[in-house]
Amino acid sequence: METVSQSIQGIPLNHYILLSAIIFTIGVIGVLIRRNAIIIFMSVELMLNAVNLLLTAFSVYWGDASGQVFVFFIMALAAAEVAIGLAILTMIYRNTNSTDINILNRLKW
Amino acid sequence: MLLINLVWLVPLFPLVGFLINGLGRNVLPKGVIGFIGSLSILLSFIVSIGIFTELNASDIKSFYIPLFDWIHTAAVKVPFAFQIDPLSSIMLLIVTGIGFLIHVYSIGYMKLDNGFGKYFSYLNLFIFFMLLLILGSNYVVMFIGWEGVGLCSYLLIGFWFTNPSFATAAKKAFVMNRIGDLGFLIAIFIIFATFGSVEFGDVFMQAAKMESGNTTLLWITMLLFVGAIGKSAQIPLFTWLPDAMAGPTPVSALIHAATMVTGGVYMIIRSNILFTLSPVTLHLVAVIGIITAILAAAIAVSQTDIKKVLAYSTVSQLGYMFLGLGVGAYTGALFHVITHAFFKALLFLCAGSVIHAMSNEQDMRKMGGLKKKLPITFVTMMAGTLAISGIPPFSGFFSKDEILAHAYEQSPLLWVIGVITALLTSFYMFRMLYLTFYKGFRGTQEQEHHLHESPATMTIPLVILAILAVFGGLIGIPEVFGGHHWLAGFLAPIFEHPGLVIVAETPMNHSTELILMAVSVGGAIIAALYAYSRYVKGSHIPAVDGSSRDLLSKLSYNKFYVDEVYEFIIGRPLNALSSFFYKIIDKGAIDGFVNGLGKATSEGSKVLRLLQSGNVGFYIFMMITGIVALLVYGFYNI
Repeated sequence: METVSQSIQGIPLNHYILLSAIIFTIGVIGVLIRRNAIIIFMSVELMLNAVNLLLTAFSVYWGDASGQVFVFFIMALAAAEVAIGLAILTMIYRNTNSTDINILNRLKW
Repeated sequence: MLLINLVWLVPLFPLVGFLINGLGRNVLPKGVIGFIGSLSILLSFIVSIGIFTELNASDIKSFYIPLFDWIHTAAVKVPFAFQIDPLSSIMLLIVTGIGFLIHVYSIGYMKLDNGFGKYFSYLNLFIFFMLLLILGSNYVVMFIGWEGVGLCSYLLIGFWFTNPSFATAAKKAFVMNRIGDLGFLIAIFIIFATFGSVEFGDVFMQAAKMESGNTTLLWITMLLFVGAIGKSAQIPLFTWLPDAMAGPTPVSALIHAATMVTGGVYMIIRSNILFTLSPVTLHLVAVIGIITAILAAAIAVSQTDIKKVLAYSTVSQLGYMFLGLGVGAYTGALFHVITHAFFKALLFLCAGSVIHAMSNEQDMRKMGGLKKKLPITFVTMMAGTLAISGIPPFSGFFSKDEILAHAYEQSPLLWVIGVITALLTSFYMFRMLYLTFYKGFRGTQEQEHHLHESPATMTIPLVILAILAVFGGLIGIPEVFGGHHWLAGFLAPIFEHPGLVIVAETPMNHSTELILMAVSVGGAIIAALYAYSRYVKGSHIPAVDGSSRDLLSKLSYNKFYVDEVYEFIIGRPLNALSSFFYKIIDKGAIDGFVNGLGKATSEGSKVLRLLQSGNVGFYIFMMITGIVALLVYGFYNI
């Protein structure tokens, strides 16, 4: 019976790299051009998960589990980040009635 | 040997006196302060007498009393130890004895001064350091004393520091002494590098094996001599001593006449073997000594300030001592130190008594006729004047003629200049005496009304010192008068080194010696008579400031412009250099750089802060640009 790693290795490595690159780029562009803080958050998550995907793929091809261990770390980190980030966002929304980041331009010289 | 082993008591008493008076200066009544200050010195004096008699009775003439290990490392060992030998025991007697008299005198002299407690604590501290200088058994302990007396001298010259010119005089004394001290310090370093020890015993024992004229010894002695020049006010560092008269008069008597300024002479006598093995230095010492003697005497003849006359006289007499050292008459030099301590302390204290009576007037042109009002002061000052002028049988005669006789053996020229100096000495001293005590009073009515003889605390020391000044010469009656020169016999052990005995006394033809003495005494008497005819018979009074003078008297009156010359060749260039460094280097370059750095940062920040626009999108964009830039950099460089 086919194992999970064999089925992952059924797809050439280049495909994973390409897919990850595309998702990561989408994330970057999302962060850069969107003004809604929630969307930016989601874009950040996209970037994180693109990296997770790549780590897993490499880990399997390399035959070393440590890449996958890192994925768990990144997930935990992302969860913590979202918890704090969303809390901040809620406070921003309470104060400004909006999630547009361009309103938050008072912290400057 | 009980007291010799208790020698640490001698400096301990003044130190305790210093601590009590220093801490209680505002609390204790003046009577108590004066009592403690004088008592501490008296106790030291009593112990010193005991030490002296024990040493005199003992067969061993050199005692080494270690107190504790001061510096103790593998390479350097400096014990804190004292040495008792004929030289230090005699100096102990002089310092504590005269010190005690001057402390007693000060009780009367400083009675009305607000800084009474401070004064006595400084004076006790001075005695403490002076005793360290004398007792130290190595150059380092001697150097502690050497620096300490310099400090006390500074403090006491500037005792009335609210007067800016007094404060300047103190500073001048300190700076000039520092120049000499540096020479002494370097000499100690070289001594340590050469002999591996700074103990007198070790150094002299090793030095005795060296050849005469050794280059290292030349350097050591030259640098030691630089130290002596600074401390003992010889050319070219003598100008601080006349200015040091800014201090209270008893201080001038104790520090700037009797004790501290003879420190240089003491140090050279102590190092006699080093100097004897370095004839070049000895010649230099003699030349510097004789030039100082005659130059200072020539200045003294036209001074009008009573203390300035005595100050230049001190410089001149110190010049005699160095002449004695330079011609190898170490005993004669020490003899003159002793007699000079008696009569110069006496003269200064008499001058103090006069100044006290004259309500702080020091200008002799405003004195005169004090003979009747100040009889004790007059008689004692007459004794001092006769002693310093070298009239037999007063003390100065014996010591001065011993030095002159040795100078004659070395070179008749030195003797001729020495005799001329003796004539000048006699002239200016009698001039001072006549201007002060004879003819009519020239001061104001108020001063005349206020004239009075000083209190007993001041006159008793005067009388004791006068007796010493008259009879002090008896410790060294030369063979020509049938004496056996007790002092020379007593001091002989300090000139005996293993394998080398320094003998200055070459038997001199007695008739030659008598002729030499007759010439100098005759000259001194003629000079005194000339002063009498000029100032008493002729009623001559020194011209007021600013009146025209002929060239010689102008040179003398203006102290040969030495201060001005120093100002021109050292002061001005140094000032110019300092102001160059201040204005160009410090203000321009260093401040410019530091301020420029600050200004550049602040101006740059003004531009850069505009980047912080508050626009979150822009921040993110910059962040990503940065990350990309880093990646690109890493990609192309690794």
